[in-house]
Amino acid sequence: MSTSRLGGNGLRLAYDRRVVAEDLTVAVPDRSFTVIIGPNACGKSTLLRALSRLLKPAAGAVLLDGADIHRLSARAVARTLGLLPQSPIAPDGIGVAELVARGRYPHQGLLRQWSPEDERIVAESMAATGVDDLGDRLVDELSGGQRQRVWLAMALAQQTPLLLLDEPTTYLDIAHQIEVLDLCARLHEEQGRTLVAVLHDLNHAARYATHLIAMRGGRVVAAGEPRRIVTAELVEEVFGLPCRVIDDPETGTPLVVPAARARAGTVAR
Amino acid sequence: MIVIRTPGRLSVRLHPRVLAVGAVCLLLTVGVGVLAVGHGEYPMSPADVLRTLTGGGSAAEEFIVTQLRLPRLVTGLAVGTALGLAGAVFQALVRNPLGSPDVLGFTQGAATGALVVVAVGGSSAALAGSAALGGVVTGLLIYLIAWRRGVHGYRLVLVGIGMSAILTGVNGYLMTRVPLMSASRAMLWLTGSLDGRGWSDAVPLLVALVVLVPALLACAPALRMTELGDDAASGLGVSVHRMRMLLLAGAVLLVALSAAAAGPVPFVALTAPHLARRLTRAPGVTLLPAALIGALIIVVADQVALRALPGQLPVGVVTGVIGGGYLVWLLATERRAGRL
Repeated sequence: MSTSRLGGNGLRLAYDRRVVAEDLTVAVPDRSFTVIIGPNACGKSTLLRALSRLLKPAAGAVLLDGADIHRLSARAVARTLGLLPQSPIAPDGIGVAELVARGRYPHQGLLRQWSPEDERIVAESMAATGVDDLGDRLVDELSGGQRQRVWLAMALAQQTPLLLLDEPTTYLDIAHQIEVLDLCARLHEEQGRTLVAVLHDLNHAARYATHLIAMRGGRVVAAGEPRRIVTAELVEEVFGLPCRVIDDPETGTPLVVPAARARAGTVAR
Repeated sequence: MIVIRTPGRLSVRLHPRVLAVGAVCLLLTVGVGVLAVGHGEYPMSPADVLRTLTGGGSAAEEFIVTQLRLPRLVTGLAVGTALGLAGAVFQALVRNPLGSPDVLGFTQGAATGALVVVAVGGSSAALAGSAALGGVVTGLLIYLIAWRRGVHGYRLVLVGIGMSAILTGVNGYLMTRVPLMSASRAMLWLTGSLDGRGWSDAVPLLVALVVLVPALLACAPALRMTELGDDAASGLGVSVHRMRMLLLAGAVLLVALSAAAAGPVPFVALTAPHLARRLTRAPGVTLLPAALIGALIIVVADQVALRALPGQLPVGVVTGVIGGGYLVWLLATERRAGRL
């Protein structure tokens, strides 16, 4: 079993009295590209919120490097674990370089506002995400795909070994979705960061993840390498969708093909 | 942007335009302040004023400057600084350009406190204390009602508007209970005035400013991060709820104490942050420039009220007219730009 810096034990996740998940245990393998999938309202985004310290579990604990994440200061967590929420807001009139620079916040102080290191890391992060030539542009003026790359650059500038992404491809068209996921895969491979993402598209998840967590009704149905766990039975169990699973002709990863006339409940031949 | 770095790994970021706006504001405020102290039944030239302030005036001049005119000026400066800063904090907290104590009900709460004292009859000190208490209690109520796993912008605005409507009704009722003799005192207080202010009026607010200005300014970088949304700010290491509570408490205290010192001077808290943003051309949070501009607005408005118009108007009339006019102009230009 590989080591894990981030995980949760016996989590009960709830909003006020509405319990979303009970006795949930997950581990994010180090240096993995972990993707959490599941049908709507299965608790996948809630799990990500708990892992990123946004939601305090009603029971159990999220552990970051062996310590209860809620006993650590927000700032200490932000130096180890970065988060790109589902719909961050770009302030009116902010420039690209300025937004990326905000990723340095957890490393700055009242009298350490802009070190040469900050400057170098912001430039590197913009280069890594291919937005270095957009530095002076306003974020409002960018296309959806460009904007998402800028947000990724900001998260990278935070320089955390762990990076959590909540549905990073939502609201993007298919070309930009692939562009962002390719970028994530590259960051994972080249920079050795651990990525955790919530994705809607099962085929994207199967193609890009090195570790997949499939959830339904607040519990983990299966976890592991996509090639090992993505089967027609699993998809049926998790999503209630009859389908065939074939090899992706491009990558050889599992490709889920929904059955024709899925509602009839039989797989057409 | 200029960056100053020391060999000891310290670095400070400065924005030239923000510095320039701040410096011009300060200079103008000092200039208008000197003229203001010189103005009155015993006119003094700026040179006389400066000589007296540095200890070289006659006993009479000394008395007029330090006991009669300086308290009024200092009270005005303190109120303007407090309202400008509090207004900028509120606008950033609720992420809404209309988030000001006038809209959110804090001002009305202070007025309720003051009117109760006017209705039952009480000293100026009691009136000031009760006004401050009214503002703080209103702030607390709004906070408790709006709290739901933290305080969020829209809830705060809606609860504040509701509270403001209730308190306006309560204030209307109190006005009918005020003895006829005291009605003009109540009206004058409700307009916001610096007439006859002494050191005792300024001191509580000055003490609060000494503590709260550095505290609120220290929160500015974290506040700037919340512009990205609460989740993103938390991800960057900001304790969003704790910061919001601190800022709200500080801003409410400033508003309550400035109402105690000069009544609810309208529209300064709304206008100063907008002017600050426009002049500095800095997007988002601009706390210090808003505070400086707030002080300048009040001092200028008070002079306009005293000199330009007949019959020594209270300062609140001028800020109301200027602020209201500015707001209408703002809405008109924003609409033309297609943003509203």
